Amino acid sequence: MRGVLSDRMGAALLMAPLLLFLVLAYAWPFLGVVKWSFTLPTPGLGQYDALLTDDLVQSVFIRTLRIAAIVTVVSVAAAYAITVVWVRGSPAQRLIAEFCILVPFWISVLTRAFGWVALLSNRGLINTWLQSIGFISEPLTLVRNEFGVVVGMTHFLIPFAVFPLASAMRSLDDRVLLAARGLGSSRTRTFWTVFVPMTRSGIIGSALIVFVFSLGFFVTPAILGGGRSVMIAELIYLRIFQSPDWGLGAAISVVLVVFVGALMGLLFRYVRPKQLI
Amino acid sequence: MQQPGRAAEIKAIGIGKSFGSFRALDNLSLNIGRGEFLTLLGPSGSGKTTFLMILAGFVQPTDGKLFSDGTDITDRPAEQRAAGMVFQGYALFPHMSVEANIAFPLKVRKKSAADIKKRVGEMIERVGLIGHEKKLPSQLSGGQQQRVALARALVFEPGVLLLDEPFSALDKSLRGQMQAEMKRLHQETGTTFVFVTHDQSEALALSSRVAIFNHGKLLQVGAPDEVYDRPDNRFVAEFLGEINMLPLKGVKPADNGSTGLCEDRAVNMHCKAEKVRGDAILAIRPEHMSIAREAAAGENGIAATAIASTYLGAATKLDLTTRQGAKVTVSVPNEVAAAALSKGNSVWLTWPAEKGFLLPDGGQ
Repeated sequence: MRGVLSDRMGAALLMAPLLLFLVLAYAWPFLGVVKWSFTLPTPGLGQYDALLTDDLVQSVFIRTLRIAAIVTVVSVAAAYAITVVWVRGSPAQRLIAEFCILVPFWISVLTRAFGWVALLSNRGLINTWLQSIGFISEPLTLVRNEFGVVVGMTHFLIPFAVFPLASAMRSLDDRVLLAARGLGSSRTRTFWTVFVPMTRSGIIGSALIVFVFSLGFFVTPAILGGGRSVMIAELIYLRIFQSPDWGLGAAISVVLVVFVGALMGLLFRYVRPKQLI
Repeated sequence: MQQPGRAAEIKAIGIGKSFGSFRALDNLSLNIGRGEFLTLLGPSGSGKTTFLMILAGFVQPTDGKLFSDGTDITDRPAEQRAAGMVFQGYALFPHMSVEANIAFPLKVRKKSAADIKKRVGEMIERVGLIGHEKKLPSQLSGGQQQRVALARALVFEPGVLLLDEPFSALDKSLRGQMQAEMKRLHQETGTTFVFVTHDQSEALALSSRVAIFNHGKLLQVGAPDEVYDRPDNRFVAEFLGEINMLPLKGVKPADNGSTGLCEDRAVNMHCKAEKVRGDAILAIRPEHMSIAREAAAGENGIAATAIASTYLGAATKLDLTTRQGAKVTVSVPNEVAAAALSKGNSVWLTWPAEKGFLLPDGGQ
């Protein structure tokens, strides 16, 4: 009993600096933001009322949810394919997949966003190449719109989607797959009727983590959206720094944090935190 | 393994399997008869499971050919062989109900919904799972999961049912129950059963024939009493149960079998001295030896001293040493053991001529 107690004490002591940092750097300032949302410019629920009526805020919310949904579907599907290779491929395939998953982590999000601009812009690599082979005559608009935002965000989020999936695929009993084939099921059928359903918890965890990340994205949409497809985080930035309307910016922040918090709660019902790393 | 409802006949010719430099299975030739209950018996790493996986089509043999009802199936993929298979740990689909698990092989075969319903219902009744149809495997006990696995493997009436140590996770009483059930299913379906185990008593109790494996080689195949009473070699003799081995000199054929000298006393065996001449080993099961005050002239017997006894309930295990120092164990009635230990410990061990058999000296 004493051992357990002192273990817990030890764990608490080890976590204390991080907790203290989080309280000082996030929780305390956030309480300030909550206060603004109810007091600026005048005390009351006026800002939350505006949230429900303001067309611009509404359209940004809807766009954010739409982009997050598309990014989630595309990222999880792509991550699923990569993870199958990473977990079940030959040793050489595994090595290549692992490399593809880890390399993006070493490059900053900003660098990657500008990299995509270089690829996708009107005079970028893709458009010049397509024009030079005569496939298109006018450049395609691949950036400064939702498409560019989705591409950049998906690229950033695929590696995060991989880990919950890998965890689910690794814990799967190979004999169950053998059993399906022994019972007469083709490889394709076994994949769709046995393998995919058995990794359901990984798919849910992966989708939630990507969705939650997508909602708060700032840098990628700001650069690849070119001010035309503004997402919530950018809207908050604009309300705080450009058209000083701190009360509305604060109210949007509070709604975002509450929504993300609820999704995180849902996430941890399906996935143990250690499966996400 | 194709026509449903008909037991398959399988022929393996010169099957071998290497994993890198490791020879898991070597030059195995074996015929498995229609409707037979064949047990593959051996310690772990003996090649028995590898052979089962080759039969199922999950492992491709390095050498040799495999025939089912005369058709070469060596290169046929597992899903087209469609042997019923019960895995160690059952390998049920965790996301499907009992019903859906059992229906799976029928759905794959695109049977009509009505047909599937009927056959799944019959199978559930046959294995005694009525009332559990909608449950998930995780909600079932080990014995019930075992029944689902059996039902799923038998529902599409495969020509052969392959079982990989299916009872290893069950406790002893449940094991006995499931063994009886499997024997009944074998009789009812008439399908060829190939069963892998490392438990010799299970093998002897269930099978019509037992194939004994060691170090990737098939050592002997035969009916349970055949391999138990007349093992070809020392490994088979020892693996199937406790056995006493006595050195034998001057072995030669005689009327009615063979004869030799055991600790300077002539003994007779009914088995023929075909493979052995001169020095050999005389092997006798503990339950085939008796304790006597003396051995009559012409009767098989050696003098021994009782050292220790172990009470086993129905009988007593008695450990003895012969005059020349060989250790012998016999299984005798409790009062005989007590008497042997009290009587200055000196006794005679006797055995009928048909119960002793010859093994090559020192050989495996």
